Amino acid sequence: MKNPTVVSKSLRVQQWREFWFYFSASKTAVAGLIFLIGVVLMALFADVISPHEPAEQYRQFAKVPPAWKDGGQIQFLLGTDYAGRDMWSRIIHGSRLSLLAGCVVVVLSLSIGVLLGLVAGYRGGWLDSLIMRVMDTIMAVPGLLMALVFVAILGPGLLNAMVAIAITYTPSFVRLTRASTLTELNRDYVTASKMAGARPMRLMFISILPNCMAPLIVQGTLSFSTAILDTAALGFLGMGAQAPMPEWGTLIAENRDLMLSAPWTVTFPGIAILLAVLAINLVGDGLRDALDPKLKRS
Amino acid sequence: MIQPIVKARDLQKHYPVKSGFLKPSQNLRALAGVSFDLYAGQTLAVVGESGCGKSTLARLLAMIEEPTSGRLSIDGVDLTEVNNKSLSKGLRQKVQMVFQDPFGSLNPRHKIGDILQEPLVINTGLNASERRQKALEMMSLVGLREEHFQRYPHMFSGGQRQRIAIARALILKPKVVVLDEPVSALDVSIQAQVINLLIELQQELSLAYVFISHDLSVVRHIADEVLVMYLGRPVEHSSKEVLFSNPQHPYTQALLSATPQVATQRDRQRIKLKGEMPSPIDPPSGCVFNPRCQYANQDCLTTPPVMELYNESRVACWALKQRRIGDEKLAN
Amino acid sequence: MPLLEIVNLTVDFATANGSFRAVDSIDLSIDEREIVAIVGESGSGKSVAMLALMGLLPWTATVSADCIRFDGQDLLGMNDKQRRKIIGKDISMIFQEPMTSLNPCFTIGYQLTEVLCQHFGGRRRSYNNRAVELLQQVGIPAAETRLNAYPHQLSGGMCQRVMIAMMIACQPKLLIADEPTTALDVTIQAQILELLVELQQNNNMALVLITHDMAVVAETAERVVVLYAGWQVEQRSALDLFSNPRHPYTEALLNALPERAQGKLLNAIPGVVPGQLDRPKGCIFNPRCCYVQDLCRQQIPERQEGVLCHYPLELDLKPSRSSQDMVTDS
Repeated sequence: MKNPTVVSKSLRVQQWREFWFYFSASKTAVAGLIFLIGVVLMALFADVISPHEPAEQYRQFAKVPPAWKDGGQIQFLLGTDYAGRDMWSRIIHGSRLSLLAGCVVVVLSLSIGVLLGLVAGYRGGWLDSLIMRVMDTIMAVPGLLMALVFVAILGPGLLNAMVAIAITYTPSFVRLTRASTLTELNRDYVTASKMAGARPMRLMFISILPNCMAPLIVQGTLSFSTAILDTAALGFLGMGAQAPMPEWGTLIAENRDLMLSAPWTVTFPGIAILLAVLAINLVGDGLRDALDPKLKRS
Repeated sequence: MIQPIVKARDLQKHYPVKSGFLKPSQNLRALAGVSFDLYAGQTLAVVGESGCGKSTLARLLAMIEEPTSGRLSIDGVDLTEVNNKSLSKGLRQKVQMVFQDPFGSLNPRHKIGDILQEPLVINTGLNASERRQKALEMMSLVGLREEHFQRYPHMFSGGQRQRIAIARALILKPKVVVLDEPVSALDVSIQAQVINLLIELQQELSLAYVFISHDLSVVRHIADEVLVMYLGRPVEHSSKEVLFSNPQHPYTQALLSATPQVATQRDRQRIKLKGEMPSPIDPPSGCVFNPRCQYANQDCLTTPPVMELYNESRVACWALKQRRIGDEKLAN
Repeated sequence: MPLLEIVNLTVDFATANGSFRAVDSIDLSIDEREIVAIVGESGSGKSVAMLALMGLLPWTATVSADCIRFDGQDLLGMNDKQRRKIIGKDISMIFQEPMTSLNPCFTIGYQLTEVLCQHFGGRRRSYNNRAVELLQQVGIPAAETRLNAYPHQLSGGMCQRVMIAMMIACQPKLLIADEPTTALDVTIQAQILELLVELQQNNNMALVLITHDMAVVAETAERVVVLYAGWQVEQRSALDLFSNPRHPYTEALLNALPERAQGKLLNAIPGVVPGQLDRPKGCIFNPRCCYVQDLCRQQIPERQEGVLCHYPLELDLKPSRSSQDMVTDS
């Protein structure tokens, strides 16, 4: 490695610069990141940006087409739905719910997955077998179906949908953590810590875990996008966010009867989902490229 | 009489190896009977090719693994009889280890300061400022500067990382340091710096070193005693002077002769070893060196030789015992 | 006319912290049937220079040279297709890690005959005899049965022999061996080095040996090129270089060897090889040089008689040693 040994600049600056060098090598990842920042800002300032209240029903303006079409009105940029609610405002507010769903799902599944994966990898033996067989069982059932079963048990609603989806995502994190734990466990620095007398807790969380983070971050990002998709799917099936909430999947579901007469009411939420997921996936790919060579070199 | 600080008697380590799905697992004898005494301030070099069991020996000495049989005592305490946890923890502090790969032995996500303080956090009740003080003392001892405290391992070169690893090994004030190929991953100029550091530290702290290496020119420089191993068995054990001036075992002779040197004539006669080291799962019967040995006879094929004293060296060899090569040596 | 002639080869890498010059104006000429060693520590650019010649560097590298001629042909002016015809056939390269250089999914025989097919055309089966012959040539016992072995069934030394067999399959005029024995044990190393020299003599090849091990060089090479941090500091015949080094770095490197130590401590070179950000002004070796003068800190030296130094060492008139003399540690 041709890293300089004497570095006067701040360490963080150096690390970030290196990260950015590899990340920005991919133009699409940067584009995805810019779009994603846009979505986050949109979610944060939804109340300021959106021209109307998302639930406000302008009965006289029901099913107004987008502004650039015949009969469109400039105040309803992307048209209105069957009850005269502004689609643009609903999509903006929907971004909040989608990002929230993504965050909750990733945080839940990541923390449970890392914990179980670490224990399984470190302890080995019967506990390892037990954890991994349970995870295999969860993985054997298609994810969305599994989530549907959990929601059916827990009852429909956005929160329950998120928990259900988090459960179906846990196995991938467990496997990833266990695999990295097993490789890290044989590294010399872990042996050195053991020789210093470190106990299992210290070895697992202080020595090993930080070195397993890079693949987990990548997997987390990619799960974020699928979580948005699955939340939308559950919403569409009526098992996720419930009707007045402007969740993107629910938007499509409640307007699905108008698919032919007022196609914009389903098209734009669909495009919103598509773009958000695409952007996150692009960022995830960029992250992987930026973090993986780093792993190999250190 | 001075007590040896490490006393190993007939150390053995076997690993079970799965050979197939339904077949019974076989025994891999990674270490088959090693004995030695090591005194404070002395260096025992363990030499051999890869697969000779020298790293297994290191792991046994460092108490990372337990011997299958045999006795190992550190500082007068027999390890096989210690059940008390606190006592074994105290013993553990007396033996520390420096690993071969300076890139793998330091946690890449921890700062140098944290790496050095970890043993203190675990084993002592010192508070943060005392720990920092000790870590800084140790850093200056191995030639690192104070500003390195806050840096991460990837910002250091191989030689500096090895200094950090040495500092970590010494911070608990051990009596024995197991050095597992500590310089083989380093460049020549850096290798010299690290070896000098090790020699100085040994004199200063009267440490006992177990120096594991495949590089005979380094061993010749640093060792007091040399133990040559082949396929898990010791073949020759003698003082450095005797081993390098008058090697007895045919394998030692071949090893010395195969080591390239700058200061040699181009056309010197080499003892050429045929073939390669056999698999330790299925070692040859008799003397394990017999397939590659030019002196092998019927005895070598059937009965394993034992270590005996010839010309100031302890050697395990039939040819020597039967004076098939000893006399030839005298003739020169 | 030399077999290979390289003039002023420079390789730059683009990195996060700007551009990094890994190889700085190297001149190299290799005659037919010659053994040349390129020696240097890690980061000296010894592998990079040869990889640049082979066109095997990643996209971040920029290669420039005044002239690269091989066997009378200008490699610089060639397009990729013409270049590929020469590289791999007339110039071959073996690498440090024999285990990873062979594809684990295919048998030894498949990989050997594949190489022959690639270069001579025809059906793979027709080359089986030639493959056996090659394996015998590199000293592999029971060559017929080994054709069906997979790389993981062979030891490191055997894999390196197979690699060598693959590389000499097309009877190259130049074989580049990049640390061919570093991953191997001493007794195996001796076998492999002997094999390389033997093949070089029997097949009329030129051999470039890239290594960090001075002792290996002393025992095999005829001419030595010493690199330091991308600079070509000295180029001499092996005998002269080892008995009478003229660049301070070469001398310090030789003195740092354990076998040259007098007394308990080794003559270490203080400091470390400069990295990307801490390159000194003037001569690149000046911070570690024990003969350093003011001029060395100001001005980049010119190459004189193969030595890149303001004050090359002479047998008689060595400049007086400065106070840094015999510093044992940094």
